[in-house]
Amino acid sequence: MKRLTIFLLIVFLILLVLPKFLGSYWLGIFIMIFFYAYLGQSWNILTGYTGVISLGHSLYVGIGAYMTFLLTLTLGLSPWMGMWIGGIAAGLIGLVIGFFGFRFGLKGVYFVLLTISFAEIGRLIVLHLKVFGSFQGLFITPQFSFANFQFRENTPYYYIALGYVIFSLIVVRIMERSKIGRYMVALREDEDAAESLGVNVFRYKMIAIFISAFMTSLAGAFYTNYLYYLHPGTMMSMAFSIEIILRPIIGGMGTVLGPVIGSFLITPLAELSRTYFAKAGYEGLHLVIYGFLLVAVVLFFPRGVISYIKKAIAPVLGSLK
Amino acid sequence: MNLTLLLQLSISGFLLGGVYSLIALGLSLIFGVMRVINFAHGEMMVWGMYVAYTILVWTGVDPFFSFIVSAVILFILGYILQRTVVNRILDFPEAMQVLPLVGMAMVFENSARIIWGPDYISPQSRFALHSLSLGDIIIDTPRFLAFSLAIIITIIVLLFLKNTDMGKSIRAAADNRTGALLVGTNVNKVYAICFGIGTACVGAAGGLLVPIMPLSPHIGAPFTLISFIIVILGGMGSLAGAMVGGFIIGVAESIGPELITNLFHGIGLDLEFPHTMKQVVSFFILIVIMILRPQGLFGGKKG
Repeated sequence: MKRLTIFLLIVFLILLVLPKFLGSYWLGIFIMIFFYAYLGQSWNILTGYTGVISLGHSLYVGIGAYMTFLLTLTLGLSPWMGMWIGGIAAGLIGLVIGFFGFRFGLKGVYFVLLTISFAEIGRLIVLHLKVFGSFQGLFITPQFSFANFQFRENTPYYYIALGYVIFSLIVVRIMERSKIGRYMVALREDEDAAESLGVNVFRYKMIAIFISAFMTSLAGAFYTNYLYYLHPGTMMSMAFSIEIILRPIIGGMGTVLGPVIGSFLITPLAELSRTYFAKAGYEGLHLVIYGFLLVAVVLFFPRGVISYIKKAIAPVLGSLK
Repeated sequence: MNLTLLLQLSISGFLLGGVYSLIALGLSLIFGVMRVINFAHGEMMVWGMYVAYTILVWTGVDPFFSFIVSAVILFILGYILQRTVVNRILDFPEAMQVLPLVGMAMVFENSARIIWGPDYISPQSRFALHSLSLGDIIIDTPRFLAFSLAIIITIIVLLFLKNTDMGKSIRAAADNRTGALLVGTNVNKVYAICFGIGTACVGAAGGLLVPIMPLSPHIGAPFTLISFIIVILGGMGSLAGAMVGGFIIGVAESIGPELITNLFHGIGLDLEFPHTMKQVVSFFILIVIMILRPQGLFGGKKG
């Protein structure tokens, strides 16, 4: 345990000084690693810990991105403030979805469909609203300053994204060790047994979906201010939801480090292969590979890569717990 | 409100509903027998569309004949998919069954994009611009043909299930897997054939849709979702439910936007509900049905 802490601290220190040695392109890749690790972690809170599968998390990213943007546009509110309001809005929508899903006992595939339905309704509504640029999407003219969350260089984004990841790790770690986290795992493993022992299943699922939606939407603010372009077709689509869930599944759901490991494995591959295949004229080939990966991981390593890493490093770093 | 327009839209939605029924029939058959939801259903339909389209371009054979080839190819694809992937996930928790099939959906969607390109194509088939008129009502010939053929295919599939030995084995395996094994049914083979028939239905439907709507690699997902909605509306595993659900969703998507726009105007809101948002109507129906009657209209027991 202690050796693991030291190891993680060393990794953290390396990540802190890394921008000194990396060019802008590689910084961009690291930013995407952190971005997806954070998103995966947020999804992990709901699906990894309570076992309720959501395939509609892109909805919360969209709410976060558009709320932050809209608050800046109309009230001149800094994204640093707006993102929390967006988070609460997404959390409330999450509670609505959760209420319908959990109150009426929708399980498994039914709940998956409910989340997809809400995400698709959200996407279609945004797609038809003129405020949001309708079918063309929305280009944002950056005004570089800290208060605007917009920077000329990649380095500040790097540190912000790293901050996001650290924040999510802390939240999930605290949650996991608290009563709430234990109740969540209990109801994931056996809902009826947990309920019969007095765990209020409905309440803890609602807490999980609120936290998960809230955190996911914070990433929306980052997305807006990093890419300067918003379009529901990319950011609120089901494909994006799949991007979100891929990394924690590969890394290992229901673990603190799983989503991060998954993102470190997949994101560089994804980014490099995407540019490589697009140049070679096979745009979309990386998604075919993703698809096969998803199949293979669920068939052959349903518990994620982390269970193998745990075994491999146990002699050196002590057991990962 | 314009009644003729409403009638016109209803009929055109009803005709499309026939094809929806066929798509949903495939999904419902697979679910009824294997308790697995084919999340790659719409993407497989797109493959059926592209097969018919390729035949049209290469040989000039109309999709209204070549849909049979689409069905055969999709049968083979479905058979292989069942043998390699689906058969291994049958005993997984329901939630984990979703992910490999979502993965396969990505594979089908993006391989279609690599093979046939990302753009929308509207092939000109023979009947493309024909129409029949009944008084004030105009009926698209391709739509009418697609509807008729879809109904015929549906009836053939139902007769197959009812009367042939294989059909009986499929129903037996659906009713009681262990029982079917005990009396000597090769359940794995039955499952694979059943999955193949399910995807052949959607392949045929894809072929029939080629003259009706433009095709692109990315139109699959909405069809997957629509077929779920239909199946849940009708009742999971109920074949009759899938058919009725298909017509309901077809008509609802067609007249829904018009009715809602009228409703908006009626209560003094100057809002349009554009046709490109017709799916919202279906999703709304889905949410309502899941909450109020999760077993569906024709479903016996819950969930």
